[in-house]
Amino acid sequence: MAADPIPGDGTRGGMLGIFRRNTGLQLGGLLFPALFWLTLFFAIPLIVIVLYSFATPSNTGAIIWNLTPTNYARIFSDAGYVNAYLRSIWTALLTTVICLLLGYPLALFIVQREARWRTVLLFLILIPFWTNFLVRIYAWMIILSNNGLLNSLLQSLSLGKVNFYPSEGAVLLGLVYGELPFMVLPLYAALDRFDFRLMEAASDLGANRLKAFTRVMLPLTMPGVAAGSVLVFIPTIGQFVVSDLLGGAKVDYIGNLLQRLFTRSNPPNWPLGSSMAIVLMTVLTAVIIFYFRTTTEDDR
Amino acid sequence: MTNGDIAVELRDVVKSFGDVNAVDHVSLQIRDGEFFSMLGPSGCGKTTTLRIIAGFEFPTSGDVLLHGRSIGQTPPFQRNVNTVFQSYALFPHMSVADNVAFGLQMKQVAARDIADRVSGALELVRLGTFAERRPRQLSGGQQQRVALARALVNRPEVLLLDEPLGALDQKLRKEMQIELKQMQEQVGITFIFVTHDQEEALTMSDRIAVMSNGKALQIGTPTEIYERPNCKFVADFIGESNFIDARVTAITSAGPQIQVALETDDGLTLHAISERPIGVGSAATVCVRPEKISLSPQEPGPGTANCFKVTVDRVAYIGSDTRIDVRLGQERYITSWEQNNRSTLDRNEYWQRGESGYLHWAPENALVLAE
Repeated sequence: MAADPIPGDGTRGGMLGIFRRNTGLQLGGLLFPALFWLTLFFAIPLIVIVLYSFATPSNTGAIIWNLTPTNYARIFSDAGYVNAYLRSIWTALLTTVICLLLGYPLALFIVQREARWRTVLLFLILIPFWTNFLVRIYAWMIILSNNGLLNSLLQSLSLGKVNFYPSEGAVLLGLVYGELPFMVLPLYAALDRFDFRLMEAASDLGANRLKAFTRVMLPLTMPGVAAGSVLVFIPTIGQFVVSDLLGGAKVDYIGNLLQRLFTRSNPPNWPLGSSMAIVLMTVLTAVIIFYFRTTTEDDR
Repeated sequence: MTNGDIAVELRDVVKSFGDVNAVDHVSLQIRDGEFFSMLGPSGCGKTTTLRIIAGFEFPTSGDVLLHGRSIGQTPPFQRNVNTVFQSYALFPHMSVADNVAFGLQMKQVAARDIADRVSGALELVRLGTFAERRPRQLSGGQQQRVALARALVNRPEVLLLDEPLGALDQKLRKEMQIELKQMQEQVGITFIFVTHDQEEALTMSDRIAVMSNGKALQIGTPTEIYERPNCKFVADFIGESNFIDARVTAITSAGPQIQVALETDDGLTLHAISERPIGVGSAATVCVRPEKISLSPQEPGPGTANCFKVTVDRVAYIGSDTRIDVRLGQERYITSWEQNNRSTLDRNEYWQRGESGYLHWAPENALVLAE
């Protein structure tokens, strides 16, 4: 079919006739709403942050429009900042991997239940969202504190006290606790689409359970693994609440630094904060590109 | 492995799900190189039996032997048995060639041998040029061939086929029936084929097990199953039958083939044969296939057994045959098939509703089935 892609007679149209004749205009017209939206809410704020990141802070906190790369140089030369990045990335990676290791069997367990149990179990996964995240983290503080639930239990078993909190371990626990549903839900969706008869076919062809999993089930549920990992990794890398509350604000994560630079420090340092945000965004973009590279169009 | 050895043996296999016996004390022996079908309506236990041989289900009691070795509790990946699934179950993320290579890779066959055997298997199913395609790019019939190649490439001791032609359209189905049978003769592997289609089973099988409610009712060659059904279910499920309830009045010959005389409640005298000894006075059902009944306008000679005057009730022209339902007495209806071996358009050449005629069938075409 090599016919005119636009049906009708283009020369007869009134005001809109010009759209029929000019494909460039058509394209522009169709794309305008999306472009407008993206410009207003994405491009302009981003440009503002990029500009800020090259500006110089005054000692009152005002912005001096003297564009230099000093802020970036400071981020990469100051061990404190570099460590905050590395710590955040490492913690986010660890959280993602732990969520994956816990979430995959959990999602698999739920998918293999009968329909009515599945609904109940998914509901249980979602119930924590009904309570504010901060409140739930405070609850963990109560559970983990020196005279908290866990230590009372240990003492009643005469096992002595453990300093669970504040610690890096408590931070990891809080993060995994908070992010696990975001891993389980995409994995559930991927496993729900998976045809379990393929596992029988693999077994029939001589694959033991591990081989059948790595060669058939895992590749076919990779979109869920990738989506869940991205959904866990990205919020975790920028978080500051959990590390403040469960980590005792002893060590800095990027989120803590950003929050301090923009709101708490005196004077605030928006230019440095902006450059940190840009660096973080670059890291996250790399992660997203990795996600799109590892999954094909029809996996998503 | 020589022909005649037992490839698969089921010894009193039971499989229960809850308090239901999906497979109920099934014992059978399948010979090497045999094309063996399990035939029955849905829910008869044929697929569960196949899954027990494949290893997807373990028998609740009884045992499965593969060339004499007990495999009842062996997991599927340790059995040298492969399955062609009803849904094909091809791996969608792998090419056709990778699908076929999967089993060989699991057995850690050398890479060079894998390539040779995969292309050989794809040649066998005439899909040599499709090696790099993905399964979803193929038609149903082609996917079916890939599934076949993926199983056969492993040179299994037994190939299990779970209604593999079920999803194909009628014409392709008939072609594949012939092709499957030829392929089986070519590779010489024992095929165990599950189907609910009696014609398919009769066409392809060396032997058939007719199953119902988890039991193997009759095991035999297609002719044995069709000509000498051992119970009413088999006679009814395979082909069509007229059933006449009667009571044995005399044993007229007790030779190798028992000949009996029977009488119905409404006083008709029947002559039939019985495969099993049967006592005078016992109730029985006489089974007569419609194509073995002749209907003639003139009364046959005197002394013709099983001859009754009837009225034509319905005539259906179905191309190769005409099926004629006749009324015998007040309430009894019998179906007779007449082959259309004259190419005439004249309607008067065919039977008409309301005409009278004489029905008769030879005693050896009437089989006594025990109740």
